[in-house]
Amino acid sequence: MDILILGPGCMNCVTLEKRARTAVRELNINAEIFKISDYAKIAEYGVMKTPAMVIDEKVIFYGKVPSVDELKEYITKGVN
Amino acid sequence: MFSKFIKKDSIFIKNKILIPIILLPVWLILYIYLEPIVNGMVYNTFGMNKISQITETIRFFIYEVPKVLMLLTLIVFVVGIIRSYFSPEKTRKALEGKPLFVGNIMASSLGIVTPFCSCSAIPLFLGFVEAGIPLGVTFSFLIAAPMINEVAIVLLFGLFGWKTALIYVSTGLFIAIFSGWVIGKLKLEKWVEPWVYEIKAGNLTMEEEKLNLNHRIDAGFTAVREIVSKVWIYIIIGIAIGAGAHGYVPAEFMASFMGKDVWYSVPLAVLLGVPMYSNAAGIIPIVQVLLEKGASLGTSLAFMMAVIGLSLPETIILKKVLKYPLIFTFVGIVATGIMIVGFLFNLIF
Repeated sequence: MDILILGPGCMNCVTLEKRARTAVRELNINAEIFKISDYAKIAEYGVMKTPAMVIDEKVIFYGKVPSVDELKEYITKGVN
Repeated sequence: MFSKFIKKDSIFIKNKILIPIILLPVWLILYIYLEPIVNGMVYNTFGMNKISQITETIRFFIYEVPKVLMLLTLIVFVVGIIRSYFSPEKTRKALEGKPLFVGNIMASSLGIVTPFCSCSAIPLFLGFVEAGIPLGVTFSFLIAAPMINEVAIVLLFGLFGWKTALIYVSTGLFIAIFSGWVIGKLKLEKWVEPWVYEIKAGNLTMEEEKLNLNHRIDAGFTAVREIVSKVWIYIIIGIAIGAGAHGYVPAEFMASFMGKDVWYSVPLAVLLGVPMYSNAAGIIPIVQVLLEKGASLGTSLAFMMAVIGLSLPETIILKKVLKYPLIFTFVGIVATGIMIVGFLFNLIF
């Protein structure tokens, strides 16, 4: 499973990436996290408010930084 | 999986609205009795001399800090809830196909309520332009969103009263509408980086999350947590400077170079304000000192708007999508708009 974090590199995006890594580790699932900061790429997903999370090419949420626990729910939901 | 989410939420639906309903009267009582409490503390408990300068400075500080923080918490909470009804997608949809002038008015107004942070400026710009929203309308949004700031509204309301807050909002709207309209009329699309028009922006694949009242109240609390934790220190520093100047700087100190009779004071204030980077929370207590010490309203307003609305870091971010001539035109037009407001207010008041 590929998890993408979309964000140009502001504080929020960095926090989200960190939390996502923690969430994946705690869930103990096989997932790779990629950080996407290219604006054109972000636009391709139709995201206008960063940071956003994309799992297997689907936007899961955008414009917020959920807690690690919330992220776990998003990720498990995104897998199914 | 999803049904579990809904069930979990429904237990709280009845509860969460109660939190603000219970807190609001407490807030009100505290707010109303704040001044007598502070006065009692300073004059009676500390037994300080009523007419001495240091007493006035301390009283000012002890009263203003909780007052402004309380106002800030309330307004940020309310704005957080209001913003949960808006999103960049809805705003974009509302702006699609609108003609220039109407579009500028709508974009500026929506700029106030649509959740926005400067790090999303480029994704939003791309999303708007790709959807065929005219450049001028997009700019109206991008100017209004940072310039008309809820923290600034609170501080102006708290420190100067509702009239000044209203002046700030309406002149901010004027500048955003005016600047966007001029940029639209000038047809500057040629100065947008070509790659902007070449990318294929997709549509958001997810459905917009359905929010119930519970989520919206949560959004209000989140906004309070995020904003208040970020700006409280600036407010305290700003008020401390204000309190110090309140007691010790001579009253007409600023009049000689920021007074209304000094014609160059407005452009000078804008020139000084643009490279300065501060948030609204830090700059307004300073503006309060300026005003109190003889600076005119127009000049102070121009200075404040130049600092909040036009900031160097944000302009540099825009370089990714705009060529230099457009950046300079944008800064120039907004600065002109701010100066018009400054001159106008110096003339009227």
